[in-house]
Amino acid sequence: MSEMNSAAVLAVRNMSMNFGGLRALSDVDLEVRAGEVVALIGPNGAGKTTFFNCITGIYTPTEGEILATARDGKTHRINGMRTNLVCELGMARTFQNIRLFPSMTALENVMIGRHCRTKEGIFGAIVRGPGTRREEQHVVDTSYHLLQKVGLEQVADEYASNLPYGAQRRLEIARALATEPFLLLLDEPAAGMNPQETLELKEMVIQIRHEFAVSVLLIEHDMKMVMSLSDRIYVMEYGRVISTGTPAEISADPQVIRAYLGEETDA
Amino acid sequence: MASQQLAKNFKQSVVAALWLSFLTMPLMVIRVDTVEKTITWRWMHLLWMLVGSFVLALVWYFLMDRRDRGGANDGNLNTEAAPSRFSIWLNNPRVARPLMAFGLLFAVAFPFLFSMYQTNILISALIYVVLGLGLNITVGLAGLLDLGYVAFYAVGAYAYALLNYHFHLGFWAVLPLGGILGAFFGILLGFPVLRLRGDYLAIVTLGFGEIVRLVLQNWDAFSFGPSGISNIARPGFFGVTYSVSQATTYIYYIMLAFVLLTIFVTARLKDSRIGRAWLALREDEIACQAMGIDNTKAKLLAFAMGATFAGFMGVVFAAKTTFINPASFTFMESAMILAIVVLGGMGSIPGVILGAFLLMLMPEYMRAFSQYRMLLFGATMIVVMVFRPQGLIKARRKIYKVNTKPAGQA
Amino acid sequence: MEYFLQLFFSGLSKGSVYALIALGYTMVYGIIELINFAHGEIYMIGAFTGLIVAGLLTALGWPALAILAIAVVVAMVYSGAYGYTVEKIAYKPLRNAPRLAPLISAIGMSIFLQNYVMLAQTPDFLPFPRLIPDLAFMQKYNSFLGTSDLLIIVTSIVVMAALNFFIKFTRMGKAMRATAQNRKMAMLVGVNVDQVISATFIIGSSLAAVGGVLIASHMGQINFYIGFIAGLKAFTAAVLGGIGSIPGAMLGGLVLGWTESFATGYVSSDYEDVFAFLLLVLILIFRPAGLLGKQRAQKV
Ligand SMILES: Nc1ncnc2c1ncn2[C@@H]1O[C@H](COP(=O)(O)OP(=O)(O)O)[C@@H](O)[C@H]1O
Ligand SMILES: [Mg+2]
Repeated sequence: MSEMNSAAVLAVRNMSMNFGGLRALSDVDLEVRAGEVVALIGPNGAGKTTFFNCITGIYTPTEGEILATARDGKTHRINGMRTNLVCELGMARTFQNIRLFPSMTALENVMIGRHCRTKEGIFGAIVRGPGTRREEQHVVDTSYHLLQKVGLEQVADEYASNLPYGAQRRLEIARALATEPFLLLLDEPAAGMNPQETLELKEMVIQIRHEFAVSVLLIEHDMKMVMSLSDRIYVMEYGRVISTGTPAEISADPQVIRAYLGEETDA
Repeated sequence: MASQQLAKNFKQSVVAALWLSFLTMPLMVIRVDTVEKTITWRWMHLLWMLVGSFVLALVWYFLMDRRDRGGANDGNLNTEAAPSRFSIWLNNPRVARPLMAFGLLFAVAFPFLFSMYQTNILISALIYVVLGLGLNITVGLAGLLDLGYVAFYAVGAYAYALLNYHFHLGFWAVLPLGGILGAFFGILLGFPVLRLRGDYLAIVTLGFGEIVRLVLQNWDAFSFGPSGISNIARPGFFGVTYSVSQATTYIYYIMLAFVLLTIFVTARLKDSRIGRAWLALREDEIACQAMGIDNTKAKLLAFAMGATFAGFMGVVFAAKTTFINPASFTFMESAMILAIVVLGGMGSIPGVILGAFLLMLMPEYMRAFSQYRMLLFGATMIVVMVFRPQGLIKARRKIYKVNTKPAGQA
Repeated sequence: MEYFLQLFFSGLSKGSVYALIALGYTMVYGIIELINFAHGEIYMIGAFTGLIVAGLLTALGWPALAILAIAVVVAMVYSGAYGYTVEKIAYKPLRNAPRLAPLISAIGMSIFLQNYVMLAQTPDFLPFPRLIPDLAFMQKYNSFLGTSDLLIIVTSIVVMAALNFFIKFTRMGKAMRATAQNRKMAMLVGVNVDQVISATFIIGSSLAAVGGVLIASHMGQINFYIGFIAGLKAFTAAVLGGIGSIPGAMLGGLVLGWTESFATGYVSSDYEDVFAFLLLVLILIFRPAGLLGKQRAQKV
């Protein structure tokens, strides 16, 4: 199932993050290889979102090293790299607290994702010559295509703020895909979804991973989804990685059961 | 139900009227002169205050009930249950097209139908249309609250006045330069404020506008201080000499062309890759950058584009009035332009045009009101924000046409 | 040396007034993250209320210091009431609105209040009686420290000490600190956030009124426009010290007062206001969190 021999697209070593006196991450090591689906789990406040923020340049980690290997095969050290450049490099994320552009249509939200892959400038926008028009139409078409992939083509012209919750989560995924990432970072994509929606989401992630040849790093609380979707799992608690392995290994690890799974069952 | 509501509103309004009368009593009723040691009592004002604030409070509570029932205070401006009848009517092409054609025809014929005085008023209004559309880029599209916009206007005006005074450069030579200088100053201001949160940005731009004005006021050797610069040349027309009234007509047509050009440019920008990036910036800065947009570049572009139009208008203003001084470029001017954008509808081009005409022409034609003009502008900004944050005409997003038919799907 | 001391004390008295006004900005910002643009106008209204009280009592022939005391108290009450009302009308309905909305509403309120005072009173400068007499024992210091400067400094110190006591030890003060730290949490533990916000506006506005009356009496004249520049400068002071931080506002006021005083004394007096704005821009570029503020990463 997993391609154990393929190269790492993301390698994080000894990463720590302090907020004043609070150590939100401490010596985290994590690796995602090409084509893998990796899950990052752990109780609330464990530091999972902080991890995402660190590797996408929203925070600069206090210590450690983050290496990303883009599609062209070049490896970059991306500690503290500006967020937009991280995205341009090919790591695109969604947000735990949905951050769409509410007064833009669903289609336009996806079109924003195309921004860093297109070139039209001020002058081109005003003159709107054939080159600009072609590029613009291409942006519209590919964005619409992505909306189809996440099943939102019916509501392409609705304002994002008017979409139901589950649709907003899927729209965030489409928007991230529009940036042509090699690594898709999903922060609790199933939060607030019912079991049926969660199941569909899982199918969607599988399909996306094949069709777009992306690796996926996933933060998720829904254990059924995590266990059936991921190749490998990292478990965090209090800012540390306390266990890592395949789903089977993780579910047998007593430390994990005590720290996380035990709590989660009565939540 | 309804009568109960009415009784409640009535009671609330009585309380509000009493409270506001108490609040305004000293300032409205008493005037003291501590040198002559006289005190003037103006009790009539208190009566007006009681009646006036009661009526206003009734309206306020009525609107507030309506707003809360509409659920509009959840911060989502896009859940308009039904777009207003006016905007549907206006958006119908069978209404809009003839309306626009008629408007244009009327505008072209205007100087021949009305006096020079009227034409001059309309020129001012047109200048504010362009200023409003320019500021609309920075505030309405990109969401950067620029309170020092008038500084760029001043830059254009002084550029023309000084170059004309020292080097006898003509209007057409300086006009592009005014735009470029505006853009340059826009970027100059943009750099320090790039990393600031929205509200800091507002106050820094306000400070910047004041700095420019204070420098113009105090640096006599450069700007001739408070007395300003007079005898600025009107626009030249292939060396032909003409009368003041002809010049007015000429400037009027220049402005008309400018307005059309500005509408064209801003409309194109709004629905372009850059315009979408500005909107994304306005809606959510963090998500915008996380989706690969260079926020720095987008912000600088928005500042520069907005400022360019102000620079152009500065040159036209100097040429129109032939006299400028720092008093034309106070914060109140920035506030007025902002009021145009806010009232019209942030991000909405027809809205801003309507806003400019309303706010510029109403005080002209209702002289009785003109001293209350700034008071009303202030009140307008509050009332619009509370009851109709989208402005008179809500900005609409473009519906894009998709080319590829869904492959293999129903 | 004497010149230096003169600049030092005039900077100190100016700075303490900036600090008094800055407290209002910083307290409001600490609690609802809004720049209350109308705060400068509240200060101006305080000065006008003081003028009216002074005019009435002068006609009755009261002694100057008694007039000053009453003028300050009445101005505090009225400014506090204005602050309370402004919040209810222009900010409260916009608690959940997009971030630009309350800012624009605040600017509208500022313009409205300026013009209201202009229309209700006069567009011209009004003379303000000198309510601070020259005290005899101050004679030998007069070359560098006037009585009114001294009084301003002392009053400011007393008022700020009282504020600190209030914030530290009273129930409302604790509720304010809790709300500033985490509004949701405060609500959960039973703090009435609406009340806290109202109290913040009332206190901040009253402090500004103290500054308004003192400065007006010191300068000898007022008009409807004084709140605009004073407000901008006080805001600069608040940012300089670190907005949201109460000791920061006090420190920022003093630093700004001295900067202005020394810059106009030793460099050029034409650009007094420019120095303040330049300082503001420089801080925001190099230390946006201010001198005492904490740099906080935004949670995502
Ligand atoms: N910007 C920040 N400033 C201070 N503390 C933060 C910040 N962001 C996150 N934290 C803290 O870091 C810890 C981890 O939070 P988070 O990464 O959101 O957890 P998770 O996503 O695993 O639920 C929490 O204690 C949180 O309060
Ligand atoms: Mg999280």
